[in-house]
Amino acid sequence: MAQIFHRSTNLIARFSVFFGLVLAALALGGVLELARAPYLTNQNVVRAQPIQFSHKHHVGDDGIDCRYCHTGVETSATAGIPPTKTCMNCHSVLFNNVGYLEPVRESFRTDKSIEWVRVHRLADFVYFNHSIHVNKGIGCSSCHGQINQMPLVFQASNLQMQWCLDCHRNPQAALRPRDQVFNMDWKAPANQAELGKKLAAEYKIPSTELLTSCSTCHR
Amino acid sequence: MAKPTEVEIGEDKAPVIAPGLTFASITDKVASIVLRRPITNGWLFGFAICFLILQWFLLAVCWLFYKGVGVWGVNIPVGWGFAIVNFVWWIGIGHAGTLISAILLLLRQAWRNSINRFAEAMTLFAVACAGMFPLLHLGRPWLFYWLFPYPNSMSYWPQFRSPLVWDVFAVSTYLTISLVFWFIGLIPDLASLRDQTNNKAIKFVYGLLAMGWRNSVRHWHRYETAYLLLAGLATPLVLSVHTVVSFDFSIGIVPGWHTTIFPPYFVAGAIYSGFAMVLVLAIPIRKFYDIKEFITERHIENSAMVMLATGWIVAYGYAIEAFVNWYGGDPYESFLRWNRLHGPYAFWYYALLVTNLLVPQVLWFRRIRTSPFWLFLVSLDVLVGMWLERFIIVVVSLTRDFVPSSFGQYYPTWNDWSILVGTLGFFAACMFLFLRLLPAVSISELKTLIPQAEVTVAHAEEVHEL
Repeated sequence: MAQIFHRSTNLIARFSVFFGLVLAALALGGVLELARAPYLTNQNVVRAQPIQFSHKHHVGDDGIDCRYCHTGVETSATAGIPPTKTCMNCHSVLFNNVGYLEPVRESFRTDKSIEWVRVHRLADFVYFNHSIHVNKGIGCSSCHGQINQMPLVFQASNLQMQWCLDCHRNPQAALRPRDQVFNMDWKAPANQAELGKKLAAEYKIPSTELLTSCSTCHR
Repeated sequence: MAKPTEVEIGEDKAPVIAPGLTFASITDKVASIVLRRPITNGWLFGFAICFLILQWFLLAVCWLFYKGVGVWGVNIPVGWGFAIVNFVWWIGIGHAGTLISAILLLLRQAWRNSINRFAEAMTLFAVACAGMFPLLHLGRPWLFYWLFPYPNSMSYWPQFRSPLVWDVFAVSTYLTISLVFWFIGLIPDLASLRDQTNNKAIKFVYGLLAMGWRNSVRHWHRYETAYLLLAGLATPLVLSVHTVVSFDFSIGIVPGWHTTIFPPYFVAGAIYSGFAMVLVLAIPIRKFYDIKEFITERHIENSAMVMLATGWIVAYGYAIEAFVNWYGGDPYESFLRWNRLHGPYAFWYYALLVTNLLVPQVLWFRRIRTSPFWLFLVSLDVLVGMWLERFIIVVVSLTRDFVPSSFGQYYPTWNDWSILVGTLGFFAACMFLFLRLLPAVSISELKTLIPQAEVTVAHAEEVHEL
């Protein structure tokens, strides 16, 4: 009687045992990696806006302070997007006939808000508060990247809970003096470990237990 | 000298395996059920009915996922209704399979050899049914994987102090080990099926599953070692899995749940209901597939005796629970006892006492134990009784606990019933397929039971002297 399986089955069987395991491990790793990939987090994706507003120009070239536009950032949970009025403070006389800025003027004339596209989108069950971070010495660039170099804003961080908790577990690594919060070019100094420890005590940063308890964010 | 697997039996006991069988006739008889027996109308009819029920079950599940768990009768005092009752019931049924295949193997009970294969299949299908309920009863079932400890982007891990998380590990381990144990047991038999057919496609499929089994002594040596090791692993698993299931309740503070007797008493109940299911399956299987030579009166009677013994452990559980409720002097526990006996669910508590304690006492009579017909009815009665037991524990304790303002009632809906009946359909459909596609009794283990398998002492000594 003929053999059921050809000799080549020996090889196939051995390889399938080995590659079955390898493939399973690869698939699992791939899924875990995909969950963190910019493909799903939208990290580094530049979004088109109704007006091609350039932070690089306004902050980097003109040197406007962050708080000129994002007025709520030190006092409220939301940093706020400036209203048309803020734009028109300057652009009523500056480049006031450039076609490029027509949507701003139109919004001013018609009283219809400009529909900016939100880049940093958190789920509604996360209650993020800007003022507490700014007041406890976390600078803009720590989370938003170097906005002063972005012609169009993209999401510099992945905004995943893991990323939030990494900092809440070890805020010392990101703490900077309060007067440096709005300095987009601030880099952690060589003695950050020491400085962070000092600032944490000075700013009375709460314990990790409190910072990572559920109700800190998911109220 | 007696074989090591032989247990001492009385003169009047039926044999473990009918006399006159040979190696060839065993193989032929079991293999022909799978390979040569035509598909009968009975099989087709039974499978079709189960398959229809299964489709209805899928519809009910779709409706459940679409509308949410509110389609069930669960409410705020009674958050756990049929889903958990059925879960515990199915898990319990699965336990007898492992008891037969693992614990009886460790105890060298030869009579297990004819019933272990389908008892293990029963375990697998029952655990599959049980395993659905923890997912179905989630409000957001699509997030079930959050119960597994994996490095996720939320830096989040499951709460390892919850018995519901232990359930995840217990049930998934139990299913895996049962599957591996069952499959290892199947390998020599799959090889027999491979060699029994001339159909190339069937040869190929069974050959693939048998993984090149050649019956060599080396194979058998390792097989036996692995089988025994797995049996040793599966034994604590049986006890711990149902213990973990019982922790779901006994960890809670609810009167009627917070009891230290639950772990052993749940395990005893599991084996009780599991053996009832074994009998409910074995009695028709041996009749319709004409394998009374393999599953003899002895198996039926032994299963009935195990049922009687575990039934008494369960009875002890009821008694000690009632006693402690009184002896403990806790007003809530006293109320629990009163509520079971006189509350809105009193009828079902009495029904439980009748089905689980009273009726199975007929098993003291040998005539009932050896009568497949009566035993079948008693087993059905025990299955109903054990379902009622879980219903009383889960639901009645929840309807009335500490605060009278949160007293409530539980009324199952059509969806509750559909899912209960649906899992029965799923289970039976799986059993029908199993009977058609795989050897329902273990060919290789049956062969060890016939006299020809005995190695004569004289020969063994000769070898020793050499």
